[in-house]
Amino acid sequence: MTPQNKPVPSPPARRLSWNDPGVRALVYQAAALGAVGLVVWFLVSNTLANLAARNIATGFGFLSREAGFAIGENLIDYSPSSSYGRAILVGLVNTLRVAALGIVVATILGTLIGIARLSKNWLVGKLAAIYVEVMRNVPLLLQLFFWYALITENMPGPRQAANPMPGVFISNRGLKLPGLEGDALDWMLAGLAVAIVAIVALGHWAGRRQEATGKVFPLGRAALALIVACPLLGWLASGGSLALDMPELRGFNFVGGITLTPEFAALLAGLVIYTSAFIAEVVRSGIQAVNLGQWEAAGSLGLRRGLVLRLVVLPQALRVIVPPMTSQYLNLTKNSSLAVAIGYPDIVSVVNTTLNQTGQAIEGILIIMAAYLTVSLSISLFMNWYNKRIALVER
Amino acid sequence: MTSSDTAVPAGSPPPSGHVGAWAWARSQLFSSPLNALLTILSVWLVLMAVPAVVDWALLSANFTAQNAQECRQSAGACWAFIAEKHRLILFGTYPYEEQWRPLLASLVLIAVIVASGMRRFWNLRLLWVWLAGLAIVAVLMWGGVLGLTYVENSRWGGLPVTLILSTFGIAFAFPFGVLLALGRRSRMPAIKALCVIYIELIRGVPLISLLFMSSVMLPLFLPVGFSIDKLLRAQIAIILFAAAYIAETVRGGLQSIPKGQYEGGESLGLSYWQQMRIIVLPQALKVVIPPLVGIFIVLFKDTSLVVIIGIFDLTLAAKAALSDAAWRGFGVEAYVFISLIYFVFCFSMSRYSQALERRLERGHKR
Repeated sequence: MTPQNKPVPSPPARRLSWNDPGVRALVYQAAALGAVGLVVWFLVSNTLANLAARNIATGFGFLSREAGFAIGENLIDYSPSSSYGRAILVGLVNTLRVAALGIVVATILGTLIGIARLSKNWLVGKLAAIYVEVMRNVPLLLQLFFWYALITENMPGPRQAANPMPGVFISNRGLKLPGLEGDALDWMLAGLAVAIVAIVALGHWAGRRQEATGKVFPLGRAALALIVACPLLGWLASGGSLALDMPELRGFNFVGGITLTPEFAALLAGLVIYTSAFIAEVVRSGIQAVNLGQWEAAGSLGLRRGLVLRLVVLPQALRVIVPPMTSQYLNLTKNSSLAVAIGYPDIVSVVNTTLNQTGQAIEGILIIMAAYLTVSLSISLFMNWYNKRIALVER
Repeated sequence: MTSSDTAVPAGSPPPSGHVGAWAWARSQLFSSPLNALLTILSVWLVLMAVPAVVDWALLSANFTAQNAQECRQSAGACWAFIAEKHRLILFGTYPYEEQWRPLLASLVLIAVIVASGMRRFWNLRLLWVWLAGLAIVAVLMWGGVLGLTYVENSRWGGLPVTLILSTFGIAFAFPFGVLLALGRRSRMPAIKALCVIYIELIRGVPLISLLFMSSVMLPLFLPVGFSIDKLLRAQIAIILFAAAYIAETVRGGLQSIPKGQYEGGESLGLSYWQQMRIIVLPQALKVVIPPLVGIFIVLFKDTSLVVIIGIFDLTLAAKAALSDAAWRGFGVEAYVFISLIYFVFCFSMSRYSQALERRLERGHKR
């Protein structure tokens, strides 16, 4: 048999055949899309028929109608005569407020507990372990109910409020703190913003200078000075009208000062304590992931312990920590929706009231989902950007 | 070996400063000034908290009071409230004389969960264990056959509902999640896109919004005149929610399988489904068992959210017990009681998962 005599077979003409994987894939995909399309069409047509049968309006026209219900806590102007759209915005701001504050406090507390769990001190390590195990194995909703019951049932009334330090009152109406008041406040906030921008710029400049000349700029001290000096300058520039607003008992309740309502305090406490237990585990596993040899090598280069942690260990630990930390932040934000169970007016609870009044359930739930998707995607985009910045640079 | 005066004779005890309680305390608790300070702070914390808690929970607590008045007079916890209400908290409004049925159903569900944890059952037999277990639970809870009276599921409540929502949830979400994970790794763009959209959409929104959706939107989705039960609606929402998280975990397992395994399967002439069933999934699922246990723990805790749409689970049963006007104001006791129940389940499962992780790791190390 001589292969060279045999004519080279021309590739067979492409025919439609079930044995062609490309054809099969096309058929499967078309079938899947068709099935999903059919299900969606079935649900939508049912829904439209149901809505027509129940005389429920559709569309987002209700957003501009008058809401007519009061909201207990609002950072932006709101009254019952405002529109539904405004009410939902108030709810969104409340959600963002508790989520942002919760993320900051839970990160600090969780990091401390995570480090404490690794402590060489037996007692500290065991206490941290007990905290983590208890807090992460009890449902968050139950913890919220617990804190709320503790505040509203077991705390004294305003007249017998506990007064651990001047200007701070703890009662079943929540926590009262002294606040700042006056025209200077805006100026001081502007000063703070200027300070933050200046520190970021300074950090870039210091990094470039160190790369070029090897000189180290004392960034920490400079940043501290800026943070203190800029708001102080703002206060002086404004002419200095700033007063301390102390809460005081008048009649049956407090006036003045800053209030943390029982709902907000319970929600914040529950979110922070629950999430910090998870963050502690993330931090612990991140630090444990750094090889002991890294500590020893850095020490043998003559670096002090603080510098070892900052320059060698933390950059490596952060690579392990950031992705699970991102999902903890997302969890905290989504868990803030449990506010509805204890009556804190977050977006879920406001939309819930709205859809009970208008009957427009579909629009309401779409608004909730869109809001959470936007917030979740923003947090994960930011954390992915940060993760990319600290990731190991390879070839 | 040359012996000299300075050499330590073999078998002699270590110097007295390095053994015993005092040496342990010195090395563990007081090795540096900072450490000593931390120890003192911790001891102070323990001394502040533990006696107060013991006093509240045991010494000053009232276990036997007949009514709330008597209970309020004691400074400590009112466990008499729990003694009075434990049947309501555990079994909700299930008919009182029939409450052995939810008790037995709960035990069956726990037995099914425990059996799933045993490696002996990690094969097809597990499927039969689950099917039999779920069937027995259905018969016990509903009744209507074998001489048991029929109990409609609006009267179910308490611990069995929590267990049913989580075990049925994981049982149905698991196959769905595996399919989603396979779909997300599919080479067909349309199928991949559908799975990615589903997974990211579900993971981006809170469970509460899905529960709301199931309670207000599901009735609108169905043809006119057709309705489904409230408990089933919540169960569907939980299944849809858990499937997205299971899908992401299983995808991690699929990614950890080397490409050679897929190619090896292909070169043997196996079809896609045979490859997955015989070669890839058995390896991938073994890797993700510990994170799957983690998902089950989260799911078990998250079933408490059904309170918000008014399903009578353990948490809402506790709230119902609290709403009795004769026994007002014992919220902390009730929540501590059901927290303990949740804790026992979640803690034992997380311990199991840690032990399993260590054992599976050992299996991979050679």
